[in-house]
Amino acid sequence: MSHVPGLIQSIERSSAVLRLLAADRLRVGEVAEALDLPKSTAHSILRTLEHVGFVEQDPRTTRYRLGRGVLDLGSAGFDVNELRGRALNWADALAARSGQEVRIGVLRDRQVLVVHHVFRPDDSAQSMDTGRLLPAHATALGKTLLAYHPTVASAVAREGFDAYTRRTLTNRQDLARQLGETRARGWGLAVEEWRAGQAAIAAPLRTSGGLVVGAIGIAGPVETVCDTRRQARQALVEHVVGGARSISRDLA
Amino acid sequence: MSDRYVLAIDQGTTSTRCILFDRKATVVSVVRGEHPQSYPKPGWVEHDAARIWRDVQRLIGRALREGGVVMNQVAAIGIANQRETVVLWDRDSGQPVAPAISWQDVRTEELVARVDSTLVRDKTGLTPATYFSATKIQWLLEKHGLRERASRGEVLFGTMDSWLIWNLTGGSHLTDVTNASRTMLMDLATLDWDLSLLSAFDIPREMLPSIRSSAEIYGHFEGVPIAAAIGDQQAALFGQTCFDPGEAKCTYGTGGFLLMNTGTTPVRSSHGLITTVGYRIGDEPVVYALEGSIATAGSLVQWFRDGLELISTASEIETLAATVSDNGGCYIVPAFSGLFAPHWRSEARGVIVGLTSYITKAHLARAVLEATAWQTRDVVDAMNADSGLALTALSVDGGMTADNLLMQFVADFLGVPVVRPMVAETVSLGAAYAAGLAVGYWSDLRDLRANRHRAGRWVPALDSPKRAAEHANWRRAVECAVFFSR
Repeated sequence: MSHVPGLIQSIERSSAVLRLLAADRLRVGEVAEALDLPKSTAHSILRTLEHVGFVEQDPRTTRYRLGRGVLDLGSAGFDVNELRGRALNWADALAARSGQEVRIGVLRDRQVLVVHHVFRPDDSAQSMDTGRLLPAHATALGKTLLAYHPTVASAVAREGFDAYTRRTLTNRQDLARQLGETRARGWGLAVEEWRAGQAAIAAPLRTSGGLVVGAIGIAGPVETVCDTRRQARQALVEHVVGGARSISRDLA
Repeated sequence: MSDRYVLAIDQGTTSTRCILFDRKATVVSVVRGEHPQSYPKPGWVEHDAARIWRDVQRLIGRALREGGVVMNQVAAIGIANQRETVVLWDRDSGQPVAPAISWQDVRTEELVARVDSTLVRDKTGLTPATYFSATKIQWLLEKHGLRERASRGEVLFGTMDSWLIWNLTGGSHLTDVTNASRTMLMDLATLDWDLSLLSAFDIPREMLPSIRSSAEIYGHFEGVPIAAAIGDQQAALFGQTCFDPGEAKCTYGTGGFLLMNTGTTPVRSSHGLITTVGYRIGDEPVVYALEGSIATAGSLVQWFRDGLELISTASEIETLAATVSDNGGCYIVPAFSGLFAPHWRSEARGVIVGLTSYITKAHLARAVLEATAWQTRDVVDAMNADSGLALTALSVDGGMTADNLLMQFVADFLGVPVVRPMVAETVSLGAAYAAGLAVGYWSDLRDLRANRHRAGRWVPALDSPKRAAEHANWRRAVECAVFFSR
């Protein structure tokens, strides 16, 4: 197989494997022969493609075929219930360590869909938020998600912003600047932008390759979450970012 | 460094876990090692007890290292274990004399059929089944020609707790009362081995461990007290802090295990539930529990994924089920190997009823989740009837609590709130709590309760006429499963 300098050979080879499997169900050896590759190379490519869901191996025949990931390319990505299942223990740990309530959100129709909610560990009366939609531009979860989804961010900006408090971001420039800051430091912050007296910190959840599929965050009273300069408390940021990293490791 | 911790060993069916907890019952470190299941013949399931002991030693070291803790910071070690699994070992060499027979193993079906079930039920509170230890011991003594050595006390029996305590303490032969209650050999009233049962199974008294409470110091390992042993489901009940009569927990895994605290007198079930020991703290009165199991919970979702191939991961069942707003009139009764508590119709077979051309795979997904919730309702109804107590909330744990829709169904069908605790590792936590109580790390049950926090709570959203109508449909579906018996 010829290789054009400047292009990445393993991606070319992976694409060839996908084209082969689109036509036939093949064993490792057959893939290697068809592309004139060492069997170990073909095997590594197939295993990587299997890991990202683009191919599957039939356990009975040991033959490889295209995986559901290829068919789902156009859809939202990670199953939200799968996301909750994988994140469950880490989300509990985050709530226990931070003493705040925890939510996991994904983007849905330019809003944040809450897919998991862990109560604040103080046994006060609280109700489950799972299934609820939150405004993306006014929450830490939303700003974190928008920071990594530029087209959704532009759509949100085009639609205009509802103001929930006097601190809600209501113009494009402010939002764009904050999304840039969120990307630069790797976490998002919202202070009294949705509910007065409330602040929140969130960080992205990534699958393999770094794709952001959701965000996890804590929310609580502004004086608990922030210091006197209304900046996020460093210890809480570390809990959130650490939790997000642990979940991302499990998702990759 | 004055911080002290409690270490829990959860010796389970497929893996062993070691978890280090701090005083607020927060997980400091978790390590886990899987051990192989061996299936030498159809229906046989064996474990290598020596391997499990090696795993435990290795995992204790790893749990301490990952938590950045040294052994003398551990206040106590507690053990929770897979119940009923039988280990026989040589007293002198300390080596197993045969592979351990797992609770899942059904090789003793014929021996169980010969058991005097009235005697067993009256004495032990158990309905004879292959799960329990007695027939497995009987089988091993017979097939390996060990009875004579056992009667001289040269070959010893233990469930996993005993085996680990023996090794950890360097030769103390003990078990706790919850594990003993699952052997089919212990009298529930005297809490001692029953001679009539021992002679019925032809098991020598000399090979049995002495029965102790679930929380006391049994001995030491590297200077640290071994201070608790408790069967895994009872440990979950304790970890969920179900300390008052009428409080119950359900663990949702492959199957489901529902235990209700019934207080200090054993409640005999007239609805096919098991009467068992919940726990005993030192010299305090023993606390009993009713136990009912849901045969198919997670395994029904696995069947939906692997048998029907309608989803690719277990979590997707919720995604699929949520695409429709009701079951479309379709019900699945997963009586794959008969109906269990409270129906006990082993000849029944699973059915899907209410099919019309309107039904899609999404309705089936919903019916799958509803089936788990209805089975929970059946067991809860039986417990309420037996105990005369009315469940006011159900504490839940286990992998399936990640399924939000299922938890909502359970709340809807029971008509009571369903509560998920902050610490998901309730089995390990129960063992840690019992051990911590025994050494005074925690002062009393109130102290333990203070650690309990709700992570989530689902409240019933179904109105009662609708619940009653759906329940009637479920019961008709169950009748269909009985009608379609083998």
